[in-house]
Amino acid sequence: MFKQIKNFLSSFMLIELIKGMAITGRYFFARKITIQYPEERTPMSPRFRGLHALRRYPNGEERCIACKLCEAVCPAMAITIESEQREDGTRRTTQYDIDLTKCIFCGLCEESCPVDSIVETRIFDYHGEKQGDLLYTKAMLLAVGDKHEKQIAADRATDARYR
Amino acid sequence: METLANLFGSYWPAIEITGWTLIKIIAIVIPLMLCVAYMTLAERKVIGYMQVRIGPNRVGYFGLLQPIADALKLLFKEIILPTASNKYLFFLGPILTIAPAFAAWAVVPFDLNLILADIDAGLLYILAMTSVAVYGVIIAGWASNSKYAFLGALRSAAQIVSYEIAMGFALVGVLMCANSLNLGKIVLAQSGGIFQWYWLPLFPLFIVYFISAVAETNRAPFDVAEGESEIVAGFHVEYSGMSFAVFFLAEYANMILVSTLAALMFLGGWLSPVSNIPDGFLWLLAKVGFLLFFFLWFRATFPRYRYDQIMRLGWKVFIPITLLWIVVVGGFMQTRFAYLFH
Repeated sequence: MFKQIKNFLSSFMLIELIKGMAITGRYFFARKITIQYPEERTPMSPRFRGLHALRRYPNGEERCIACKLCEAVCPAMAITIESEQREDGTRRTTQYDIDLTKCIFCGLCEESCPVDSIVETRIFDYHGEKQGDLLYTKAMLLAVGDKHEKQIAADRATDARYR
Repeated sequence: METLANLFGSYWPAIEITGWTLIKIIAIVIPLMLCVAYMTLAERKVIGYMQVRIGPNRVGYFGLLQPIADALKLLFKEIILPTASNKYLFFLGPILTIAPAFAAWAVVPFDLNLILADIDAGLLYILAMTSVAVYGVIIAGWASNSKYAFLGALRSAAQIVSYEIAMGFALVGVLMCANSLNLGKIVLAQSGGIFQWYWLPLFPLFIVYFISAVAETNRAPFDVAEGESEIVAGFHVEYSGMSFAVFFLAEYANMILVSTLAALMFLGGWLSPVSNIPDGFLWLLAKVGFLLFFFLWFRATFPRYRYDQIMRLGWKVFIPITLLWIVVVGGFMQTRFAYLFH
């Protein structure tokens, strides 16, 4: 009986509604956590798996030796490689395509690479404007690598002791 | 002026009055439309802030041009007419929704003598006008020939009819105290500082009125007529572009209207809370803004009512409370404590 009266009074006086409004009222003045994306960005791990890049050695020679491990391991079959023997006797790729519309960004290609050639960078905000723009060829991947080599190398160095 | 008067001869007085009334109407409706537009921005900002977000801030400084961008977008969108709909009623719906929302402003006093039509049955007129608005919703829901729209219209009709009663009874308490249906006189009866306003002696009626007002305007947590998670968008699913925007305008105009009424009848309208600060329109504005903030606050806080709960609250809680308090007020008026209720 007493409990019923208490329940009736508390619902009649809108106690719980006022409590709820107190919470939203408090958050009205709380510090806002919105990150205004193009100007502000969230911190990113050195292991971030974004757009792919092909790296070169410091002397300018491309790292990739066309072992095709990445092509074999790729679960989405997004990588296509053709290779030939160059005049100096080394095996190099003639074609190295990654179809980014197929890629699931699992990072297995990077893990499988014995010479740290194919890597995934921190770049995630790229786009294509017409069909085929997201089929990245060897030249495009090398260009990405050249442009961001500093960041790529720094990220590998940070992560090296966990590998 | 003189030449015009000569031109129209004996018709001139009638034309002059009509002209002035039209100018006054425009002077009320244009600022009201602006208020509605910026109410949408305020709503997005306030709800955003309560959800620890920032809200729109890209269009113009602090997002101040957002309502204008929205209005332009809606103006240029296509108005789609569903094949199976009733064409005439389909367009009559939004008009019938927004016309009463604006018409009711005719009797709202903004300041002493600052009023379009100072009629004695002002309160009755407003109740009549706000009741007509539900026909717009019902007609829109029916004319769309869509099951969701129809469900929304039915819900809206039942809900508004239920809460109209509680709202009407809450206002009966006010007019018992003020001895008048004229809104200006109701405000003047409250003169003498914040403790003379009717929110204090009629506190239960004030709360009932305000909650009924939220229900009456189909706002969260009483927005079952829209109920986007249940019946898509309720009565206005089939509307697009400007015809949709008109429903939106009407909803916000109604919000501002019921807040203004609450401010006039329970919070002393344009009267200042302490006697040594002059009264004025700005006080009304501040009070309306204060009450409107609560609409947004409710929306940011409460989940939607279940339909049967809405009906229970309206019929089994609010109507008994208002009836009881009217009896209490009437009883006290016969005793020597009558001064408590003026």
